[in-house]
Amino acid sequence: MIELSGIRKVFNQSRHNEYRALDGIDLFLAGRQITALSGPSGSGKTTLLTLIGCLARPTAGRVRLRGEDISGLPERFLTEIRRRTFGFVFQQFNLVRGLSAVDNVMLPAYPLGPTHRELRDRAEALLARLHLADRRDARVEWLSGGEQQRVAIARALINDPEIVIADEPTANLDTALAKAFMGILEELHAEGRTVILTSHDPLVTGSVAVHRVVALRDGRIVPP
Amino acid sequence: MRTWVARQAWLIDFTVGSLARRKTKNLGLWLVYATLVFVLASVALYTQALRLEAAAVLAHSPEVIVQRLVAGRHDLIPPGYLERMGRIRGVQKREGRLWGYYYDPVLKANYTFMVPPDAGVARGTLVVGPALERERGLARENGISFRAYSGRLFSFTVADVLPAATELMSADLVLMHEEDFRAFFEYPAGHFTDIALSVANPREVRTVAAKVAAALPDSRPILREEVLRTYASILDWREGLVLAVLSGALLAFAILAWEKASGLSAEERREIGILKAVGWETGDVILMKFWEGALISGSAFLAGYLAAYLHVFRFGATLFEPVLKGWSVLYPRFELVPAIDGLQVATLFLLTVFPYTAAVLVPIWRAAVTDPDSVMRQ
Ligand SMILES: Nc1ncnc2c1ncn2[C@@H]1O[C@H](COP(=O)(O)OP(=O)(O)OP(=O)(O)O)[C@@H](O)[C@H]1O
Ligand SMILES: [Mg+2]
Repeated sequence: MIELSGIRKVFNQSRHNEYRALDGIDLFLAGRQITALSGPSGSGKTTLLTLIGCLARPTAGRVRLRGEDISGLPERFLTEIRRRTFGFVFQQFNLVRGLSAVDNVMLPAYPLGPTHRELRDRAEALLARLHLADRRDARVEWLSGGEQQRVAIARALINDPEIVIADEPTANLDTALAKAFMGILEELHAEGRTVILTSHDPLVTGSVAVHRVVALRDGRIVPP
Repeated sequence: MRTWVARQAWLIDFTVGSLARRKTKNLGLWLVYATLVFVLASVALYTQALRLEAAAVLAHSPEVIVQRLVAGRHDLIPPGYLERMGRIRGVQKREGRLWGYYYDPVLKANYTFMVPPDAGVARGTLVVGPALERERGLARENGISFRAYSGRLFSFTVADVLPAATELMSADLVLMHEEDFRAFFEYPAGHFTDIALSVANPREVRTVAAKVAAALPDSRPILREEVLRTYASILDWREGLVLAVLSGALLAFAILAWEKASGLSAEERREIGILKAVGWETGDVILMKFWEGALISGSAFLAGYLAAYLHVFRFGATLFEPVLKGWSVLYPRFELVPAIDGLQVATLFLLTVFPYTAAVLVPIWRAAVTDPDSVMRQ
């Protein structure tokens, strides 16, 4: 599904504060699997995730999606791929404050120009599925952490992405909510989606739902 | 195409929502903005209307007025002067006019006393201008007395009041019979104030004036077109004066609006990052912000212009009246004929809406082109 070869990511290149966040990553991620990237803080997990999710481009190396090299594509095409292929759940959820839950869920679909009826139905169905039907018109800043995360998941699913990406999804959740989240991941997997997440939470990396754990240290892949 | 429309609809929908979410900032901006347009449009509309009004009034005045000069000063036209001028080709009609100024100690204002050419006012009666009607509470059939410069008291009855339509020029006008006029000012018989010439062909006006000057070396012909130009330049000058006086305040306003518009709050930056990360293109974000700027500045422009229109044409430009008008002490109060100049609107629009939209878009563009991975690090 996703193939990374010789990936290097350098921040502030050729400046005094140059920093190599990733240094020679070769990795193949199979489709329809749940993969966890683990490793200590600063090891480059988030950076790797942004490259996989087309949020950033590598300094060197190639990213292939279904065999197609996407690392050299201009931003407009990357955006297009990101919109159709990926759904994102951010660590801080990154919901737009002041908007209702359902409005937040619909946001990624606006540039595709769906009809009002159709988009609204899809968003409400997703919220209902994540047990948020009665909270759909509440402003997101009034929601609890777990509810906010579920809104973020619904938002990630609104364009029906093949791949769901989540950065530290359980960092802000207690154990019960973290377990509930793993349950949702299993559902996504059962639907045939690919899930890639980062975590240093043993509850995630040790979960039976996770098919594969990739360990990182100092920007390189190390044996787990 | 359908998708494109639907997409714009979603973007506008989102824009309206985010305008509402930042109510105070946007409302403040909107107000500052509308005020700016209001002031500029008021001045522009008002002087434009005055210019048209002056032109309309002068359209009925004679093409050439001949004055006699003695020692460089305006003097009376003596008897026989008209005859000495002789027949001049192109002049349709020539007549001596009688008019003068009278200072009314009651109102502390100057009136223009005048004998109408068609002898339409009966002896012992007056036709007064609307300002006089208002300020001295005159109505038809009322009696009024004026003490002449000689000290004698003259009583008249008001026969009529001039229509308000041309008030700009006739506000302080008092029309009277020729014999009353001569008695009141002790004007010697056969003398006139000046001579009015009607010239049908506008291209002959200058030749006529030259011939008059040749026939009567002590005369000074005054052309209507010159008077018109003088009025226009006085109005331009007053417009400039008002704008100069206001420019400090306007500039402060403009800078405030610019800063508010171009400053991007941390919250807005965060939002742009989120939108990009979830799949909005840079163009979508900019388009959305363009709609935001267009909605604010467009509606503020409309509101400001409309308010200016009402201010000028319904309420007589109460705020600027004292500066922009007033060549007689009795202020004319008149309904200006509403006139909108397309070019003027376009200029105003370009000077206000355009910079605003630019002010909004530049920082947005800078925020929108940053890599979307920054959202991951918040
Ligand atoms: N935009 C940037 N400019 C400079 N350095 C950066 C930038 N983004 C990340 N880094 C650095 O790259 C390194 C890897 O960062 P990354 O966020 O990928 O780590 P991480 O494994 O996700 O850590 P954590 O578990 O704390 O989230 C860090 O040392 C970070 O300081
Ligand atoms: Mg991280």
